[in-house]
Amino acid sequence: MSDAQTTQIPVTVLTGYLGAGKTTLLNRILSENHGKRYAVIVNEFGEIGIDNELIVESDEEIYEMNNGCVCCTVRGDLIRVVEGLMRRPGRFDAIVIETTGLADPVPVAQTFFMDDDVRSKTRLDAVVALVDAKHLPLRLKDSREAEDQIAFADVVVLNKTDLVTPEELSKVEATIRAINPAARIHRTTRAGLALSEVLDRGAFDLSRALENDPHFLEAQDDHDHHDHDHHDHDGHDHDGHDHHHHAHPSDIHDVTVQSVSLRGGEMDPKKFFPWIEKITQMEGPNILRLKGIIALKGDDERYVIQGVHMIIEGDHQRAWKDGEKHESRLVFIGRELDAERLKKSFDACQAA
Amino acid sequence: MPTVAPLDLDGHCVAAVFLGDVPHFALADGTIHRLDHGHKTAQANDGLLAAFHDAADDRLITGGEDGKIFSVTAGGNAAELASAGKKWITSVAAGPQGAVAYASGRIAFVRFADGKTREFSHPRSVEGLAFSPKGMRFGVARYNGATLHFPATDGKPVELEWAGAHTGITFSPDGAFLVTTMQENALHGWKLADGKHMRMSGYPGKVKSLSWAPKGKWLASSGAPAAIVWPFSGKDGPMGKAPLELGTRGNAMVTSVACHPSQDVVAVGYDDGMVMAVRFADAKEVLLRRPGKGAITSMMWDKQERRVAFGSAAGDCGVIDISA
Repeated sequence: MSDAQTTQIPVTVLTGYLGAGKTTLLNRILSENHGKRYAVIVNEFGEIGIDNELIVESDEEIYEMNNGCVCCTVRGDLIRVVEGLMRRPGRFDAIVIETTGLADPVPVAQTFFMDDDVRSKTRLDAVVALVDAKHLPLRLKDSREAEDQIAFADVVVLNKTDLVTPEELSKVEATIRAINPAARIHRTTRAGLALSEVLDRGAFDLSRALENDPHFLEAQDDHDHHDHDHHDHDGHDHDGHDHHHHAHPSDIHDVTVQSVSLRGGEMDPKKFFPWIEKITQMEGPNILRLKGIIALKGDDERYVIQGVHMIIEGDHQRAWKDGEKHESRLVFIGRELDAERLKKSFDACQAA
Repeated sequence: MPTVAPLDLDGHCVAAVFLGDVPHFALADGTIHRLDHGHKTAQANDGLLAAFHDAADDRLITGGEDGKIFSVTAGGNAAELASAGKKWITSVAAGPQGAVAYASGRIAFVRFADGKTREFSHPRSVEGLAFSPKGMRFGVARYNGATLHFPATDGKPVELEWAGAHTGITFSPDGAFLVTTMQENALHGWKLADGKHMRMSGYPGKVKSLSWAPKGKWLASSGAPAAIVWPFSGKDGPMGKAPLELGTRGNAMVTSVACHPSQDVVAVGYDDGMVMAVRFADAKEVLLRRPGKGAITSMMWDKQERRVAFGSAAGDCGVIDISA
């Protein structure tokens, strides 16, 4: 990692409906003694009862880029606020962006990839979605945003678990898992979880993202997976499903987002890269997130890849360990994804 | 040979200007430094975000994180002009008859010399502000175009549309053209008489600095490895004409431009801190300052046309004397 990267300020995006617990979590971030200083960008002052000069109010401004691509949107207000904050960088160690309940997380995230100035000074750390365990089923019925926020998250804080029965809770969690098999889920009451679980996660840092999540795309096979509070992946591997894939948009009511998980062996780089390029160009508007670990034929390092709509980034992560299975895993989260076609074309990229 | 009197400050310089022939440097922390028989300091905003040099009144208008507007005059006298609540002031401008405009979120305010203030609400954020040199009229850069207001009357605003996010705005010195900087790497212009569009694109980076040459014959811009200078002497502006590319360097980007007050010469500041002066006629270059610590953010010529004040993102500011 270069010096430029290490001095980039990490940015955490908090999404979630009104009442899900964003303010509680923000107040904890601002008041707890964790030795770090945060600049916080909010849509409205007021609810945060803390007087802090580093709380900045900003009007949500979604700007479409003039390049003919409808999914290329950025948050113009964030470009300006981040630029202003970064002119006096000594004041804080990290930035937290609180979005409104109805906010689309995509333009927020894309700002950190598409704007050169923002990108040079900051890095998107993680998108954290707060979910109200009691009201999520209702939210999913009446809006698409609630689903988008979960689909887009790296970390889901399933809050207010004390207000539901254990059965309701496992149902809600299964729903979240169905929308987003790649996210980490934490069950909480009063947003009470270690702040290290939401801050400085490096979820968009390709060299760290999957290292944090060694069981990426493995634990999702069992849907009623009994996660405990604080969800330490419990270590049992689910190997032996070669070329396993599945898509599940409809088994849970009110869920329109689907995920397509693909697995395969070593990929032919001459086939894989043109394929992923083409898929993201053609299916970009339907793809909310994609994440994957790719084994490339003749390459002794793991290749990690991630994307937001049409933006994809990939890099070598680390050498394959001795005895580690050279396996490729890729998950698409989005809408109207053709699972069969994705699987077929993915399989066709495998090295002979 | 030009000589440089350095002034090493701690922080991002938002504006380097001459007030009453004294160089002043406004930093992002709101301190105003000046070289006036030694280094002296005054305080304006608590967090300074935007600054505009008001040549007619020989003052610097600043806006900041504290929601306040200050007027800074020679000798470092900083006086609060207005306050607009807790939101950041993201853009300021000065106009005829002592009028000042400032933006907070989606509202543009105009404060007249007598202290009276008017508000202009917009459906989207006010990204940039500029007064027309003639008449009481100001322009707002916004998403999908620009809006012209007539604050002295109740005249209906004029909407100029062009898809995309417009972030900055300037009128030509004769008031005939309006030019905006955009979120994408381009400028857009309108000929105000007939609303004709002018597309000025092809920049590898965002354009953040614009400067009109004397009589508005040229518009110099940053955002490329050279100063891109568009001809505006024809009645249709730069349409169908190629811009000049001055001070081209292979390994650095131009971040600031400042046209000479009377001659067709531009001071060009780069992202490595170098400053050159380049003549339009033959593209002849003179090195004014070697690379420094940070990108040049602001420059201004003095009235005697002898000195250039410059500021940088890293705080290594100074004054270049070209007569020495």
